Amino acid sequence: MARRPEHAAPPEIYYNEDEAKKYSSNTRIIDIQVEMAERALELLALPEEEPCLILDIGCGSGLSGSVLEDNEHMWIGMDISKAMLDIAVDREVDGDLVLGDMGEGMPFRPGTFDGAISISALQWLCNADKNYHNPQKRLYHFFSTLFSCLSRSARAVFQFYPENSDQIEMITTQSMRAGFYGGLVVDYPNSSKAKKYYLVLMTGGQGPLPEALGETAEDRKASYIRKRDMAREARGKPLKKSRDWILAKKERRRRQGKDTRMDTKYTGRKRSGRF
Amino acid sequence: MKLSTYNFLTSKSIRGVKVGYPLKLVVSKQDEVEAEFNPTFIERLLPKLEWSTVYLSAEVVGLQEDIPKEFSDDIVSNQDVLQKLHHLLLEVDILEGQLECPETGRVFPIKDGIPNMLLNEDEV
Repeated sequence: MARRPEHAAPPEIYYNEDEAKKYSSNTRIIDIQVEMAERALELLALPEEEPCLILDIGCGSGLSGSVLEDNEHMWIGMDISKAMLDIAVDREVDGDLVLGDMGEGMPFRPGTFDGAISISALQWLCNADKNYHNPQKRLYHFFSTLFSCLSRSARAVFQFYPENSDQIEMITTQSMRAGFYGGLVVDYPNSSKAKKYYLVLMTGGQGPLPEALGETAEDRKASYIRKRDMAREARGKPLKKSRDWILAKKERRRRQGKDTRMDTKYTGRKRSGRF
Repeated sequence: MKLSTYNFLTSKSIRGVKVGYPLKLVVSKQDEVEAEFNPTFIERLLPKLEWSTVYLSAEVVGLQEDIPKEFSDDIVSNQDVLQKLHHLLLEVDILEGQLECPETGRVFPIKDGIPNMLLNEDEV
């Protein structure tokens, strides 16, 4: 697995000018960010044809903000990295930018935003980068202040990269404690690369969670038989002393250029009891 | 920083601060950008705005003559005022300056158009 940036350095240091530059020049990063922002906006389920005010938490260079602009929404972005925000200024994004730490709470008046999105930022809160940081407390503080600055019936959608199931549990527990309803939507759960986690939080009562992508009702059922077969195939080797095993061995010897008897109908047959 | 954002910002993240609003705005450099006028958006924004702060910010940037001192329901139907509000809230860009917490006096600097709301260890 690739090295996780959270382990390398705190976000304000990790996203320095070099790293920030990638977010304006690397087309692969841009494509992925834009795709996730579009999906997050879809999960936000805003009223159609109405310009809304959206909060973008961890907006970085404003890639996700551009998606919001394309959909005629206004946005305010917040990020901890000055270098990333400078790139956003260079890109001349329409949204307004604020330098701030999400773990210190959202510095906005109650009921300000019609929705909030966050792309690949939430996992940073699970780390204690300073000795006075307590991830649980910071998460709770973040979610409770976010809850108050959203209007009622607003949603917040977070795409994030959890490191393990403990992190997912910690994040969802703290968000529910802060008063949110909702849960996790996992897109393409069977693919290791396309798999994406979206935490969908609602302020105004429990609604049905949106459907995840790349998953049909049939896939969701556990099919143990197929799993068993797959496990057998996955080992890749035929059962020992079987005809297939012997043929594979002989094939290997031939490839090595060793002297090997030809394959016949007698190959791998049991001897009769006369011997 | 646009003045619409200023209208929403508070300093209540500082430990011990109850309201932290409105922040005291000091402008040392401002600019004007062009933004597309969208009357529906301004209308949607109106109920969220704190009107006294709108007027306060208009005074700071010297546009107080464009904006009525008291909020009234006629504003919504008055295209001229909406246009001026649009200019004040979305086109005036504060590049350098500072925001000051009304309770503690803590100063948040604004640099390159970005307010720095980061707190120190003893403030969280």
